[in-house]
Amino acid sequence: MAVDTNTTKTKELTVSMGPQHPATHGVLRLVLDLDGETVVKCTPYVGYLHRGIEKLAENRTYLSALPLTDRLDYISSMSNNIGYCVAVEKLFGIKVPERAQYIRTIMGEMTRISSHIIGVATHALDIGAMTLFLYSFRDRETLLDLFEMTCGARLTVSYPRIGGVRNDVSQEFIDRLYAFTEEFPATIEREYETLLNENRIWKERTVGVGVISAEDAINWGLTGPTLRGSGVPYDVRKAAPYDAYDKVEFDVPIGKNGDVYDRYLCRMEELKQANRIIRQCIEQMPQGPIMAPDAPKFTLPPKDRVLSDMESLIHQFVLITKGPIASPEGEIYVATEVPKGELGFYLVSDGTGRPYRMRLRAPSFVHVSVLPKLCEHALVADVIANIGTIDIVLGECDR
Amino acid sequence: MEPKEIADAIKDMYPAEVLDIREFRGQVSVIVKKDRIKEMMRYLHDTPEFYFDFIEDLCGMDYLGRKEPRFEVVYHLLSHRHKHMIRIRAEVPEDDCAIDSVTDIWNGANWHERECFDLFGVSFAGHPDLRRILLPEDWDGHPLRKDYPLKSDLGEKEWKGYKEVLDTAVRNKGYEVR
Repeated sequence: MAVDTNTTKTKELTVSMGPQHPATHGVLRLVLDLDGETVVKCTPYVGYLHRGIEKLAENRTYLSALPLTDRLDYISSMSNNIGYCVAVEKLFGIKVPERAQYIRTIMGEMTRISSHIIGVATHALDIGAMTLFLYSFRDRETLLDLFEMTCGARLTVSYPRIGGVRNDVSQEFIDRLYAFTEEFPATIEREYETLLNENRIWKERTVGVGVISAEDAINWGLTGPTLRGSGVPYDVRKAAPYDAYDKVEFDVPIGKNGDVYDRYLCRMEELKQANRIIRQCIEQMPQGPIMAPDAPKFTLPPKDRVLSDMESLIHQFVLITKGPIASPEGEIYVATEVPKGELGFYLVSDGTGRPYRMRLRAPSFVHVSVLPKLCEHALVADVIANIGTIDIVLGECDR
Repeated sequence: MEPKEIADAIKDMYPAEVLDIREFRGQVSVIVKKDRIKEMMRYLHDTPEFYFDFIEDLCGMDYLGRKEPRFEVVYHLLSHRHKHMIRIRAEVPEDDCAIDSVTDIWNGANWHERECFDLFGVSFAGHPDLRRILLPEDWDGHPLRKDYPLKSDLGEKEWKGYKEVLDTAVRNKGYEVR
């Protein structure tokens, strides 16, 4: 039947996308007002995963609040743990031994690799390039096996400790990781970049999509590769180095146009830089203790001492049950560079063993807030590309 | 600029507004009154020597029983150009639980302010879209206040969304909810 175009009418349509939608990377709900295929207005709704982590942390000791941070960005839990430990150490004034700093840096960069390849792969899967998804899980598996070898867990690791790390890494770990870093840059070029960099469909879907200028990106509070894609060379690892980042050389890749494609290129380059950092750390890593020895009132004593020495047993008991007896009174904001962007901890201490307030500045939360700007006047298909490019994890967004 | 210099410059510019300057581990907090907060933020954003173009974080604080006024809104500002940062703490009393929004200076403050409203009940005057963000719209109370219980048995006053889930489970599966 022929449609009489003179009498048909058009009207705006409101579509609810999510919270159960494969392209929203979790439970994000977007309400889209559509004019044909163009997005007029995009309203994100978050909070479906809200677990009240900030409230819970206020009622736990500094030590037992650590596992909560695993549950923020659950595909890069090691980085969150490190961020928390760095913040608490700065509050307490603890100096971490050099070996522990290097181990943490290695773990942080391994997490960056596994998070970025998942981010890029799911992003590509949403847009229609499926092969990369399968490759990325193979590489991520190697890294997760290495995590498992060191601390027994693959995702919720809780491996770093206030004042160091839980246990030393084995020689087998180092050998296998080094073998991985020798292969990995070639793997990226051979299997990732050849599939996407000059792929005509990929470029059609990403070049010129979701553009945000450097000025706007700063004003909206973006961080991490999402900010650097717009050409702002801001990286917490360079601006305020923590752990061993001031002892290794690496470049901060930046984009030019601030579109989805440039952010993708930034992430790919960061994979290579992370690989470079890991190699330097393995080569430079000194022998020595892995826990701060001069802070028995704040950090757990080694297990063999606990079993043989009365003082250490008492310290362990008090630390686990009550937390540090005398924490310094004050407040501190410490930011670290996690794969998604800048993770900030604002800790307020009232002198007791529990944080009076632990505020989390989660990069994903800020990044979701910029979605309406990226999606306005874009096509529905570009909404999917935009969700992928800001690389969000809703566990971190909703806390 | 060093954080202490910035704090002193703010005090010179707004002597009546700045209540206290505190330093801890190299970070400086400027405690201010809330009345001219927007003007002060605009000044920090626009003045070339400061040029705080980036709001790292904005959050609420509750000092119930420890301090008067009870609430605070804490701003962490960073300048990408000068690589310096400062913390501003604006005091908000319980009986006048509102402060001016800084959303039209930094867009990034938008969701942080909504979160602060949601979890602390501090309202932001001039905010374009002040709604709850993490909790359901019909939620009762503000969980990050210190007098909000961590765990309690609300019985009939339980949030209706949660009761619906329990009722459906009982109806469909024959579970017994204890």
